Amino acid sequence: MENRPVTTESPFVKGLLITSAVVILTLFLLMPLFAVFAEAFRRGWEVFIASLNEEAALSAIKLTLLAAAVSVPLNTLFGLSAAWLVTKFRFKGRAFLLSMIDLPFAVSPVIAGLVWVLMFGAQGWFGPWLAERDIEIIFALPGIILATVFVTFPFVARELIPLMEAQGSDQEEAAVTLGAGGWSIFWRVTLPNIKWGLLYGVLLCNARAMGEFGAVSVVSGHIRGKTNTLPLHVEVLYNEYQFSAAFACATLLAFLALVTLGLKSLLEQVTGQKAGGH
Amino acid sequence: MKIVRKSILLISSLLLLNSCGKKESGGTVKLLNVSYDPTREYYVDVNRAFTAEWEKANGKKLVIEQSHGGSGKQARSVIDGLDADVVTLALAGDIDVLSREADLLPKDWQSKLADNSSPYTSTIVLVVRKGNPKGISDWGDLVKPGVQVITPNPKTSGGARWNYLAAWAWAAKEYGGDEAKILDYITRLFKNVPVLDTGARGSTTTFAQRGIGDVFLSWENEAYLIEKEFPGKTEIVYPSISILAEPPVAVVEKNAKKHDTTEVARTYLEFLYTDKAQELAGKHFYRPRNAGIAKRFVDKLPELPLVSIDADFGGWEKAQKTHFDDGGTFDKIYQP
Amino acid sequence: MGFTVLYLSLIIIIPLAALFIKAAGLGPAEWWEILTSRRVLAAAKLTFGASAAAATVSMIFGLLVTWVLVRYEFPGRRILDAMVDLPFALPTAVAGITLTQMYAPNGWIGQHLEKVGVQAAYNPIGVFIALTFIGFPFVVRTLQPVMEDLGKEIEEAAATLGAGRWTVFRRVLLPMFVPALVTGFALAFARAIGEYGSVIFISGNLPFKTEILPLLIVAQLEQFKYEAAAVIAAGMLIVSFLMLLIINLLQRRLDWQHR
Repeated sequence: MENRPVTTESPFVKGLLITSAVVILTLFLLMPLFAVFAEAFRRGWEVFIASLNEEAALSAIKLTLLAAAVSVPLNTLFGLSAAWLVTKFRFKGRAFLLSMIDLPFAVSPVIAGLVWVLMFGAQGWFGPWLAERDIEIIFALPGIILATVFVTFPFVARELIPLMEAQGSDQEEAAVTLGAGGWSIFWRVTLPNIKWGLLYGVLLCNARAMGEFGAVSVVSGHIRGKTNTLPLHVEVLYNEYQFSAAFACATLLAFLALVTLGLKSLLEQVTGQKAGGH
Repeated sequence: MKIVRKSILLISSLLLLNSCGKKESGGTVKLLNVSYDPTREYYVDVNRAFTAEWEKANGKKLVIEQSHGGSGKQARSVIDGLDADVVTLALAGDIDVLSREADLLPKDWQSKLADNSSPYTSTIVLVVRKGNPKGISDWGDLVKPGVQVITPNPKTSGGARWNYLAAWAWAAKEYGGDEAKILDYITRLFKNVPVLDTGARGSTTTFAQRGIGDVFLSWENEAYLIEKEFPGKTEIVYPSISILAEPPVAVVEKNAKKHDTTEVARTYLEFLYTDKAQELAGKHFYRPRNAGIAKRFVDKLPELPLVSIDADFGGWEKAQKTHFDDGGTFDKIYQP
Repeated sequence: MGFTVLYLSLIIIIPLAALFIKAAGLGPAEWWEILTSRRVLAAAKLTFGASAAAATVSMIFGLLVTWVLVRYEFPGRRILDAMVDLPFALPTAVAGITLTQMYAPNGWIGQHLEKVGVQAAYNPIGVFIALTFIGFPFVVRTLQPVMEDLGKEIEEAAATLGAGRWTVFRRVLLPMFVPALVTGFALAFARAIGEYGSVIFISGNLPFKTEILPLLIVAQLEQFKYEAAAVIAAGMLIVSFLMLLIINLLQRRLDWQHR
C-alpha cells in the first residue's frame, strides 16, 4: 500500500472499476456483436461465404469503400482547419460556429438525405439544369458521397477541438518566438500533439461513413449492384427474407473494429509512443 | 507503413474498377426496373427468362437492373429523378403520384395493359401460431380480448394499408356499412396491436422471431415466405373475405423515351402476362392472372371472396385520403 | 478561415437552407398547427427526453470506461478499446434489430427484465436503450485523447501536497475532463435526437406512446407532404441548434473558470 505510486488507485478500486467497465462494454457492445455473428452463421459457413461472394455484395463493398475514401479525407481536412480556427483564434460567433458544426448530428438521417434531393433532385433547385446536361448526382455516386460527407462532417473537428482546447496554444507561441513559420509549426508542433485526437476523429468518421444508412438510403435509388452501399445491401437482404445473408454482410462492417485496432498499433509503432500517459 | 501503402493501392484500384464499370459497350440495352421489397426473387427469374428470349430475338445484349425498397419510398425516388424505365410497385396509388407529381406517365396508365396493369395479384391472410392456439378463423376474432395482432404501420407501409382495408371490408359487410360500428371495430382491432413496425419485414420479425402477438396480418406471398424461413412455427388462416391486392406495373414513359427504351420496356411488361412468367408468379406465391395457370396453384392459393380497391373503396387516391392521410380514419383510432 | 467557412456553407448551410425554404412553402399558421399538434408534441417529448437521458447515461458510463481503457492494463483491453466504435459501424437497422432481439420479452436480457416487471422493448425504455447504444462512442472518443494527453505531473504535484486520490480526481482531474465530457454529451444528445433506423425497430411506434419525431417526418413524406415534413424537420433543427448553442456557450464559461 505504501509503495503504491501516488497516481494510481488501490488494487480494490482498480479491480472494481475494471470489472464495471468490462461489464458495461460486454452488455452494451459485445452481446449485440455476438448476436449479429450468431445470426450470420445460423445457416452455416457456406451461406455466410456465399452471401459475401455474390456480385451485388461485392459491388456494395466496393461502393462503400469508395464513398468513405472520398468523404473521410475531405472531412479530415475540414476538421483540421476548423479546429485550428476555433481554438487558436478568439472571435465573435465562435459558439455559433461550433453549434453549426455540430448540427449535422442532430439532423435526422432522413432529412440529411432529403436536403440533397431538394437541391439536386428532378424537382429540386438544380434538377432541371442537371437533367439537361445529363449530369447525375442524386441516385448516383456523387449523391451518395454528398450524403456521407454531410453526416460525417463534424467528427474530426469535434474530436480535435476539446483536445486543442485543453492544450492551449503555448507551444505554438513558443515556436513563433523561435521564428518558425505557419506550416512548420503545424507539422512539427501541432500535429504531433493532436495525433491521437486526429486518429479517433478519423476512425469515427470512417466508421460512420461506412455504416451510414438513413441518409444514403434516400439518395441511393437502391439499384442492385450499382448504387447499393453495404448497409443498404444489408437492409435489402433483410427485406427479402434473407436473414442470415443480411447479417453476414453486417459482420463485415464489424470487422472495422479490427481496422481501428490495426491503425492504433500502427501509429504507436510509427511514433514509438504508447497511447496514455504511462 | 505497409498497411497504408496497401490501402492506398486498394482504394486506387477500386476507383479504377469503378470507372471501368461505367463504360458500357455500344450494343447493350439497359433497363431499370424499380420495384418494391418482396418481388426480388420473382424478378430474378423473370429477368433471366426475358433476357434470354429478347436477346435471341433482337441480337443485342440486354441488362435489366433492379431496385427494391418500400413502395412509397421507391415512388418518391422516381419522382425525384431515379431513372426508372419501368415501375412495378405495391399499389396503384404509388404509380398515380408519378403522373400527378412529376408527369412521368399519362394519367390513364392503368388502362395500358390488361387486367388493370396488374399481371399478378395477391391478398391479405391471417398468419397464426402453429396449432392456432387462440382459435382464430376470421377478422372478427381479432378484437377478442387477449388477442394480440401484429401489423405494420399504415402510415409508413403500403402492405399495412392493404391490411387495414381488408379488415375494413370485412367490418363493412358484417355491420352493413354502418360507419360508426366499422370504426369501432377498427379501433378495437388496433387496441390489440402492441407494436407498429414501419415495414412488413419488421413486423414479420416481431411476430415470428420475437414471438410477440397471436396473429399477423400479412401479404399471402410473404406468409409463405415466413413458413419457409421459420418452418413449423406458423399456420396460414384464410378469412371469410379479404381484399384483392393488385400490384401494378407501368412503363415510365418520359424516362423510357429519353433512353429510347419504350419498345423493350413495353415488351418486358407484356412478357409478365405470358404463360412462362405467370407460372413463375405462381411459383413465388403470387396469384397468376391467367385462370388456367392459377388453377394449378389452387391448393396453395385457394379462391376466396375478395373486395377490390376500385369497386369498394373508390380507388387509391380516395382510399388514401379517407383513411391514411392526416386526419383520416386511421388517425381517429389514436385519440389520446 | 476561408476554407472552413466555404466548406461549411457548401455542405451544411446551403442544404439546410433548402430545407427551410421548402418549409417556408407553408405559412406561419400552418407551421404553428403542425408543430403544436398533440401528436408532434408527444413525439417531441419522447425524442428530447429519451435523448437527454441517454446522453447523460452515456456520459457517466463513458467516463468510467474511458478511464479504465486509458489508465489500466488488463487482458483484452485493446480489443475492448477497438470495439467502442462498433455502434457507428453497424448499420442502424442491424443495431435496431439486434437490440430488439436482446431486449424483447423472449430475448437474452429482456426475459430477465420481464421477471422483475420491466418491459424494455416496445416501450420508451427501448428508445432510451437504442439511443444510449448509438451515443456511447461519442463520449469515450472525445474523452480519450484528452485523458491520454494528460501527463502525471499535476496529479503527482497534488498528491505531494497531501491530497487523497479521490480528492485529486474530483478537484484536479475531473475539471480537466469537463470540456470533453460536455462535448461528448452534446454530440451524443444531438445524434440521439435525429436517430431513426435503430429506434423504429425497438420502439413499437405506437402513436402518443413510443413515436419519435423522425418517424413523423417519414410518415409525412409517405403522404408526399414534403412541406409538412420540412416543417417538422426545421422545428427539430431550431430546437437542437439552440440547445447546442447553449451547451457550447456553457462550455466556454466552464472553460474560462477552469483556466
